[in-house]
Amino acid sequence: MSAVTCVDLCKTYRQGEVDIKALDHVSIEIAEGGFVCLSAPSGGGKTTLLNAIGGLDKPDSGEVYIAGRRIDNLSKGELADLRLRQIGFVFQAFNLIPVLTARENVEFVMQVQGVPAADRGQKALEILEEVGLEGLEDRRPADMSGGQQQRVAVARAIVSQPALILADEPTANLDSKTADGLMDLFRHLNEHHNTTFVIATHDKRVMAYAKRLIRMLDGRIVEDIDQDAS
Amino acid sequence: MHRVAILLRLAWRNLWRNHRRTAIMLMAVVLGAWAMIFMTALMRGMVTEVVKDGISALPGHVQVHHPDFSDDPSIANLIPRSDADLQRRFADAGFVQWATRVRVPAVITSEYDSRGVTLLGIDPQQERGLTFVDYDSVDGRFLESTDDPGIVIGAKLARTLNTELGKRIVLMSQDPDNDIADRGFRIVGIFHANVTAFEEAFVFAGKSTVQELLRIGDRVSEVVVLGEDYRDVEPVYARTLALVDGDVKVERWNELDPYLGSMLGVMDGFVLVWIVVIFLALSFGLVNTLVMAVFERVREIGLMLALGMRPVNILGQIVIESLMLLALGLAIGTALSWATVQPIKDGIDISIVGEGLDMWGMSSTLYPELLLSDVILANVVVLILGFLASLSPAWRASHYEPIEAITKV
Repeated sequence: MSAVTCVDLCKTYRQGEVDIKALDHVSIEIAEGGFVCLSAPSGGGKTTLLNAIGGLDKPDSGEVYIAGRRIDNLSKGELADLRLRQIGFVFQAFNLIPVLTARENVEFVMQVQGVPAADRGQKALEILEEVGLEGLEDRRPADMSGGQQQRVAVARAIVSQPALILADEPTANLDSKTADGLMDLFRHLNEHHNTTFVIATHDKRVMAYAKRLIRMLDGRIVEDIDQDAS
Repeated sequence: MHRVAILLRLAWRNLWRNHRRTAIMLMAVVLGAWAMIFMTALMRGMVTEVVKDGISALPGHVQVHHPDFSDDPSIANLIPRSDADLQRRFADAGFVQWATRVRVPAVITSEYDSRGVTLLGIDPQQERGLTFVDYDSVDGRFLESTDDPGIVIGAKLARTLNTELGKRIVLMSQDPDNDIADRGFRIVGIFHANVTAFEEAFVFAGKSTVQELLRIGDRVSEVVVLGEDYRDVEPVYARTLALVDGDVKVERWNELDPYLGSMLGVMDGFVLVWIVVIFLALSFGLVNTLVMAVFERVREIGLMLALGMRPVNILGQIVIESLMLLALGLAIGTALSWATVQPIKDGIDISIVGEGLDMWGMSSTLYPELLLSDVILANVVVLILGFLASLSPAWRASHYEPIEAITKV
């Protein structure tokens, strides 16, 4: 079964008097266990596509399926449940809840899911250690660097082991070493847990990790490369 | 339950995110709660004093009269049974206090002036503590027995009549045959009352002496009964009713003095209005604080929505935050009002305005009355209205589109 299927997606934004086509008849299919990078210049439509896949934005037309379930016609509550149970998010910026510590931020999704306190506490500590934040569990976002915050966000996205992780410029605020570490972690999860990754980026280092690279321009897919094959 | 736990944690921490703003709003709630409860305690005390003074001004909690006495409180409408019979019936009824009285309109005359008064023929032993007169603070002495030949008048009446202790006055009334009944009395005592109007309205003489003056034999005008609490008058009323036959009228204090009776109901309504008015003033600050708090947190609200938190949970978080602030303010405000009442619970001297208050039947000492029911009412009303006031900003926050909110600059 496909992890993600998009059928003929269109989305137009109005900016002043001008209509901007963020998605122009986009259709893609991403298999379970895929590791896909969406690459495009700014305004190319990669974030819009990512948001449509994550149920954060509704396309003007077309259909979106996650694990075979159509999601573009779901209610707000149903979409919230879908995001909570099946999708992990890493945003480009403002990823963390400022009043919660690193550990509490990681536990947040699990707590909303209803995971018992003992289980989620242990899991959160393990995953923070895995992303190299051992000893920083009790720090709040304001007391962490941008890179550390991003790693907490990644820890939160992967801790409940969702089937699909959507990441929007996850390495934008990271130095190259940390970015490599993060991508290694993504690939490890992808290979050992069969987690599907869809990453919007224009970072060539990140693209190098992808099994499949989709290039977009002006809201259209212009290139779809199977990097594992090549 | 797990969601409630995270909502409580987020609400509490967000509350203290902007310490200064929260502290200012908290102070406003504390002051508002204090004003609601403390001022209510003062007003309750004022009304209670008026009611108690009114009750001590002879009504007691329940009275028994001739059925026509309320229309014509004269010698013509005595209770149609002997005092001895009434004494026998009421003696073992277990009331806190009770007494029988002769009560008639009369004219009192000194060598200088005369005034219309209410003459009370009483048994001083039965009446001790039942009337507004403090026997121990009477100038001279109070009556000693039912056949005491002296009379006790109020200080203000003594000034009006230009008379004094030891002088003689003449009391004039009517007997049952409508003949003049008069007699000279020596003033043996001059009483002082919290309500100075009482000093001019009532004079006391021995019951037997008055019965003899009026030629009414062993008859009286009224039976007055006192229970435990004027607010809980029904048991006393029922027991009194059971002790007398149908040829008399039994009335509660609030029927005897409807103005006094209506004060409690009016006061309850006034307390509610007072609490709502104070809250309305507070609500502007509260809503403004919440709107600001939501506005500052648009992006993290968007983040929480994006991560799968339901809109209703966002709404709950903002409402909980508001209720936490109010509950904290109410707790401190309630404690503060209690602490303010404690040092003055034995009374505040308001004699400086006593003359003005006298016309409302109020005494010169005000005893604040902090009722648990008022504290509960203030807290519950504020929490309910606070909940309603916070719904608007909370609803707005819960209806953000996640991606628009998260990218808001």
